[in-house]
Amino acid sequence: MKEIKSDIGPIIQVKDLVKKFGSFVAVDHLTFEVNKGEIFGFLGANGAGKTTAIRMLCGLLEPTSGALQVAGFDGYHEREAIKRNIGYMSQKFSLYEDLTVYENFRLYAGIYGIPRKERIRKTDELLLKLKLEESRDKLVGGLPLGWKQKLAFSLALFHNPAVVFLDEPSGGVDPLTRRTFWDLIYEVAHQGVTIFVTTHYMDEAEYCNRVAIMSEGKIVALDTPAALKSYYKTDSMDGVFLKIARNKE
Amino acid sequence: MNQLLGFVKKEFTHIFRDGRTMVILFGIPIIQLMLFGYVITTEIKDARIAILDHSNDNVTREIKNKILSSGYFRLDANLLNENEIDPIFKKGNVKEVIIFERNFAQRLEREGEVNIQVIADASDPNTAQMLYNYTNGIVQDYTKKKYAGFTIPVQIKSEVRMLYNENMVGAFMYVPGTMALILMLISAMMTSITIAREKEMGTMEILLVSPLKATHIVLGKVAPYLLLSIIDAIVVVCLGNLVFGVPIRGSIFVLAFLVILYITMALSLGILISTVANSQQVAMFISGFALMLPTILLSGFIFPIENMPYPLQLLSNFMPPRWFIDALKQVMLKGNGFTYIWPNILILSAMTTVFLVLSIKKFRLRLE
Repeated sequence: MKEIKSDIGPIIQVKDLVKKFGSFVAVDHLTFEVNKGEIFGFLGANGAGKTTAIRMLCGLLEPTSGALQVAGFDGYHEREAIKRNIGYMSQKFSLYEDLTVYENFRLYAGIYGIPRKERIRKTDELLLKLKLEESRDKLVGGLPLGWKQKLAFSLALFHNPAVVFLDEPSGGVDPLTRRTFWDLIYEVAHQGVTIFVTTHYMDEAEYCNRVAIMSEGKIVALDTPAALKSYYKTDSMDGVFLKIARNKE
Repeated sequence: MNQLLGFVKKEFTHIFRDGRTMVILFGIPIIQLMLFGYVITTEIKDARIAILDHSNDNVTREIKNKILSSGYFRLDANLLNENEIDPIFKKGNVKEVIIFERNFAQRLEREGEVNIQVIADASDPNTAQMLYNYTNGIVQDYTKKKYAGFTIPVQIKSEVRMLYNENMVGAFMYVPGTMALILMLISAMMTSITIAREKEMGTMEILLVSPLKATHIVLGKVAPYLLLSIIDAIVVVCLGNLVFGVPIRGSIFVLAFLVILYITMALSLGILISTVANSQQVAMFISGFALMLPTILLSGFIFPIENMPYPLQLLSNFMPPRWFIDALKQVMLKGNGFTYIWPNILILSAMTTVFLVLSIKKFRLRLE
């Protein structure tokens, strides 16, 4: 297994990426780069091709054409290596509810082949940080939603991935919890982990360093939230989104 | 390998932590076996009958005694006239009425011929037929013994011997069938439900983006159920043997091979179902209807295949349990080995291969 070099440039490099299903073009010549430690927002209505793009970035789907590199690994031939170097968290938080907090950690560590000693050390460390030590042997099913969210995020980070994909990470969570969750995201990004996040919430889009907006398989806008807002002459990401949608019609 | 072990461990935790799963895994097999073994029995025991005796002489008394002391029948009522027959059947408790005609002993003596009328409740035809056969048998036996000294001109008698199940014990038929049903239930239904559950909870996504290979995921899901199914098979065979006296005349190894082959078939069927079903409910529905009903109805488990209409007979060829039950009976009851059951083994292997290939294809497609 190749170690990720620190000087590989952008952590995600996408050039003219295309994915076709039969004659349907789901992703149409995407080109963008994401830098190390960046929080990159990925927006778009349902059916815009977001999911297909993310699945290629995660190594689940092989692209039809174009260039794709994640953490220095090729999106065609090194998909297994990509999988080992990314973390993933979905809106369902995807924890095993009938396992305890500790057992969930143990399972994920096992799947990613993390040695026992390191696992025990990291689990203790994380539980302490998340203030979950007392819930260590409680079933995940009984935890509040906000805690589950944090736990799922920590698990996605457990194997020290270079990039973490957050697929609508705040589904059904109240704004306050969302805010504290984003504090956690900032902290992780600060440590050099790249965050790739899709969201429906425009306040979350404001938190991102840069935002790409997808429509019909293409990226129609890509810049910092501030630059997008001034370009579209509006004071919120909501406005940006609406104006782009209107231009389409 | 370590990845897989951790995954299997987690799967066992799911199973042991869920009370319902445990009941399905270990309660249902035992209950089902007991039910099929004891309740749905084809033997007659203490069937309730009524007798209308117009003569009440020493011969009818002897015959009545013989019938009632056989253990098959129990006297529910002594009727006084024909008018009582209809109401007593309608009440439903009495399954058969035996009528002795007037001057029974006298006629027998003088004319050498006398009639016993047997009326049976044929709303349940099988039972009615069996009750009649038993009654007839007892009366024949009585005449034979009583007139042993007389020479009867010419008589052709058929002597029947029931091979492999001399006493016609119903359990001999139901134990192999129950085994087919239980293994199908646990292997196919439980695996399809557990995979569907991962999809429903969203944990499948996490597994797919992890470095675990698809084959690891499937293996990890299936391995615990393979083990538990084998345990269940052992329980059923042992219970069948100890409680119902169902013999194991063939080789244990042949039996084990056959059972494991069938379990593998059912597991691959379960995986196939799970590739189609996205929720536990759908998985349960499909396995319930598509697996349980044919297993019970079309496999020869309860209803003989020979008696089915031709199209259904053809259809039953595609039911894996049919071949399993047949082979199982051969091994357990007749003591047959591979020389006799190789066609069944071949068919079951072919079915397993088809299910496996289809589910791997489907699984890949779903990933794309």
